Amino acid sequence: MANLLENVGEKTIEHLDYVGSLNIQWWATLRAMAQALPFVGNRYRWQATVRQTLEIGVDALPMVSLMAVCSGFILAMQGASELRRFGAIHYVIELVSVGFTRELGPLLTAIAVSGRSGSAFAAEIGTMKVTEELDSLRVMALEPIEFVLAPKYLAALISVPCLSVVSNVFGILAGGLFMFFSTRLSLPLYMHYVFTAINLRDVITGLIKSVVFATIIAHVGCLEGFRVHGGPDAVGRSTTSAVVKSTFLVIVADAVFTAIFYFTVKP
Amino acid sequence: MPIISVRDLVVEYDGRKVLNGLNLDIEHGETMVLLGGSGSGKSTLLRQIIGLERPKSGSVHVKGTDITRCSHSELKAILRSIGVAFQSAALFNSLTVEENVALPLREHTRIAPSIIELVVWMKLAVVGLADFGKLLPQELSGGMKKRAAVARALALSPEILVLDEPSAGLDPIVAAELDELILLLKDTWQMTVIVVTHELPSAFRIADRIAMLYQGSFSSIGTKDEIKASQNPRVRQFLDRIPENLVQTPAVKTYFEKYMQSEEANR
Repeated sequence: MANLLENVGEKTIEHLDYVGSLNIQWWATLRAMAQALPFVGNRYRWQATVRQTLEIGVDALPMVSLMAVCSGFILAMQGASELRRFGAIHYVIELVSVGFTRELGPLLTAIAVSGRSGSAFAAEIGTMKVTEELDSLRVMALEPIEFVLAPKYLAALISVPCLSVVSNVFGILAGGLFMFFSTRLSLPLYMHYVFTAINLRDVITGLIKSVVFATIIAHVGCLEGFRVHGGPDAVGRSTTSAVVKSTFLVIVADAVFTAIFYFTVKP
Repeated sequence: MPIISVRDLVVEYDGRKVLNGLNLDIEHGETMVLLGGSGSGKSTLLRQIIGLERPKSGSVHVKGTDITRCSHSELKAILRSIGVAFQSAALFNSLTVEENVALPLREHTRIAPSIIELVVWMKLAVVGLADFGKLLPQELSGGMKKRAAVARALALSPEILVLDEPSAGLDPIVAAELDELILLLKDTWQMTVIVVTHELPSAFRIADRIAMLYQGSFSSIGTKDEIKASQNPRVRQFLDRIPENLVQTPAVKTYFEKYMQSEEANR
């Protein structure tokens, strides 16, 4: 019994320490972010931000688009198979458009970015730690948070919401394609129904979620990298950990935000 | 007044004492070699001197400032007068050799890019890498990487040059070339040089004074001749290459004899 309590206590402290470290890192990054901004910040930091934005955003476009198209088809087909029984197949349009803008677009994007970029952040920073590159930054009087993390975070804040919008578009278009083949509904008419179904609030809540997901992915990935101790095997473990933890936290955050929007925002 | 003064320095990792109340003065323009076996604490002492870690107790004064208690901005100002070349070279793999050397100049000065280019070329020429600036670190040999790291450490023309195991893993010819480079730097710029090594020929070639570490304490500090003539058993053991665990050899021999006898009996 004492051992059980000891283990529970130890794990609780570990988790609190992790959340505390994430918060400290987040605040430190916010303070350093000005340096990563265009015009007012450091030129080299801004260049790093642009490079990171291309890596996180542009390079992920094909993957995110394909995931959205497949998910759009799946959602439309699954919805249609049930709604058809009640003669309400036209509700597939609302299901896909509202489902994607509020929920699936940001969530699918976050999972894709977590797998691609969250793990890459952990691997890059973990390798820098193992090869003493982070130490060499410190002895050159440069802050690793400003030099390494701030451009990545700013890039994630720009890329993830943009990718979410792309995901929404492709998911909804996939729904349109399904409706065309199953009911001969033309695409312009489908889009008209889509714009009637969704409102600005749906898009904004989706984008707010994207920003939160970007924060989670960038900070968990980087923290896992900074926490690497040992050799190359530790870097491998940190990348796995980054993907597992950021995906888990993204889903938890999604549940929390969905509940907040459901209970507080009146239709 | 010494440029670096270490007083009663105690460092502990997880309750295990790694440095045990060290005292050391390094004079301006002196080459101090920290000599000692693996795990003796020489790299830990070095990390304290360059402000990468804080001790449990004691002080490290660099140019009159106690870097164990000073503010972050004071530490940054001190670090700009220290150039460090790490054991693993710690060059940034995503940057070319030129960009690596240019990094501290870009970040800490307002020198025009064309002048930075010239300064970088000069620093690379000093270490014999003027023609290799466009290469990436992974395209260099071990010795060239170490020289590139020295060039980066020299970028801001520091008063203090710190080299961690500069000749480790290099063949004797390349190691001797690095020794000559260190002597050249000291003679040309009157730098204070601190070198961590366990290579005896290198230590006796470059040192003005040698501090010999054993299990977190100095077993001897003196000039090259004083160390060579020392009768301290720890110094003699290191210089005469006497194995630590001689007592185990007969025990192992007896074990193998018994094993062979039992094998023969079985046949």
